[in-house]
Amino acid sequence: MIKLKLDNVNKQLGGARILRDVSLEISAGEFVVFVGPSGCGKSTLLRLIAGLDSICGGDLLIDGRRVNDLEPRERGVGMVFQSYALYPHMSVYDNISFGLKLAKTEKTSLRERVLKTAQILQLDKLLQRKPRELSGGQRQRVAMGRAMAREPDILLFDEPLSNLDASLRVQMRNEIARLHGRLGSTMIYVTHDQVEAMTLADKIVVLNGGRIEQVGSPRELYEHPASRFVAGFLGSPKMNFLPARLHTPGETSLIDSPLLGMTSLPFDSAHLAADSPLTLGVRPEHVSLIATQGNAGVVVAGVEYLGSETYVHLETGEDEPLICRCEVNAGWHVGDRVELQLAFDNLHLFDADGTALRRHPAVIEVLAQDILQRSPKAGAL
Amino acid sequence: MSPRLLKKNLLRLGFWCLIGILLVYAVFPFYYAIVTSLKPSSALFQVSYWIDNPDFSNYAAVLNQASFLRAIGNSLVVALCVVTLALFLSLTAAYALGRVKFRGRGTVLMMVLGVSMFPQVAVLSGLFEVIRALGLYNTSWALILSYTIFTLPFTVWVLTTFMGQLPHELEEAAIMDGASPWVTLTRVLLPLLWPALVTTGLLAFIAAWNEFLFALTFTLTDSQRTVPVAIALISGGSPHELPWGLLMAASVLVTVPLVILVLIFQRRIVSGLTAGALKG
Repeated sequence: MIKLKLDNVNKQLGGARILRDVSLEISAGEFVVFVGPSGCGKSTLLRLIAGLDSICGGDLLIDGRRVNDLEPRERGVGMVFQSYALYPHMSVYDNISFGLKLAKTEKTSLRERVLKTAQILQLDKLLQRKPRELSGGQRQRVAMGRAMAREPDILLFDEPLSNLDASLRVQMRNEIARLHGRLGSTMIYVTHDQVEAMTLADKIVVLNGGRIEQVGSPRELYEHPASRFVAGFLGSPKMNFLPARLHTPGETSLIDSPLLGMTSLPFDSAHLAADSPLTLGVRPEHVSLIATQGNAGVVVAGVEYLGSETYVHLETGEDEPLICRCEVNAGWHVGDRVELQLAFDNLHLFDADGTALRRHPAVIEVLAQDILQRSPKAGAL
Repeated sequence: MSPRLLKKNLLRLGFWCLIGILLVYAVFPFYYAIVTSLKPSSALFQVSYWIDNPDFSNYAAVLNQASFLRAIGNSLVVALCVVTLALFLSLTAAYALGRVKFRGRGTVLMMVLGVSMFPQVAVLSGLFEVIRALGLYNTSWALILSYTIFTLPFTVWVLTTFMGQLPHELEEAAIMDGASPWVTLTRVLLPLLWPALVTTGLLAFIAAWNEFLFALTFTLTDSQRTVPVAIALISGGSPHELPWGLLMAASVLVTVPLVILVLIFQRRIVSGLTAGALKG
């Protein structure tokens, strides 16, 4: 069932277009995460849904009803703010019950609801405290309680964890995930932290420059990014991009790259002209290294030890070093000469506009066999 | 004594000397008024800086004047009305000026500031006409109206500044909770503005309590006069005699309520400002 629908929503502020023709459907009970670099319009989009900002063009529908001109409280949404924005002079109980009181909820059911909310969020023992007597995580929970108390169908979170320290952030992330499972309400969550996006979301919406770049499950977005932007935005360390040139367009593309030489890849480039510039994308975990002798291969420019894994930076002659995710005891040192091996099944190819080229699954197998015949491992440099 | 210790002690001595000078400068006039007020008129012109044998005859004489008590009552009514009216108007104005973005907001604020730059005398005659036209001459309302006009720019300006410092998200949270602007103002923002309200209210009270020129101009009869005018009009037995003792006793009586008010509220002001009410 469609819970919330955005239909060509636009937002202008002064002369600047902050959102351009945003269309999106969100099903009931879904956990949707808006993610994107700062200034991409994700918070604005959330505020439009909340009703804190007005929509300049297009329609916003909740349960099939157009709500563009409704007050926030009439939309059935609750919101958790980045800075919590708790009422400092009110106790936790009063903070949670404020909205209910304004909605003229009957006294006994008000108390019941506040207590129930407090219980879900483990705030039972803190009800009489003032916000300044609470820790960061507790304040965060009170903020969620306040948004939940009126039992809205849609809960909005505006970067709710960005004020917490790292360990608390992980803990609260899990709590939010559990809360979603328990309440089953639709949740829309804004963050610039891709780990939060990947772990929490049923559906990620990647925004860039006021436009939706791609919508999909975390796995879909990670494995099949529709554009170079999405590919580079999700994943840490980010995807490596290598320049390439299309040699022979067709169902299977023959490309020419300074690093790889001439390679045939299973991407459909029939619509492109020969010799058009391309970008080859490969994630750090899909690069493996073999030691070489002499002057062959590339030089290790840096090694980052992270405990569970090591990032090896390679000097490739491009602006940015190519990063490879290795095992800790792989034992690479700065100055070593290595040869690259790319996992061909996991390569991405983008055209000059940054749009991903379609990969056909059938050809992959054929090609894989082809490669196997040429070298014992996957495609070697 | 080592040079460093000597220097430190000298600096400390200098510091306390300065404090002493400041204290004498600020407090001595008031202290001398108290001393004078406690002397019988026969001892008035013997210079002495200590209260040897306090004599309360001046106080008794002042408090026996019905018109003086009446004046205190008038002053109290006028000052309290001015404070209430000014705080209410400036709070609502500050909400609009500090929280709502609209075209011409800066202009309005500059106008408010500009109006407060006019000296009282400049508007005296114009205001007099207004008060005559409104039929308020020789009533407390004349004073309440004119004092409010002169207090508002200051209170609006101060409260707008305070209001602007409150986080925006607090207001948006209230909107999400379904609060109307009025509820947001009174139940969310007002409690956080207490320290500012107390401070500005106190200053407005002092200004209204001590005002002389308008009080002299807009009231005529003893029954409508406020304290500063009443004190100025206390006269002695003959035109050539100034009853210093009475004047000083009356002044002390008038100043004491203010001192008490400040002492009561200063703790609230300080505690309110340092409690960090703004940090969510």
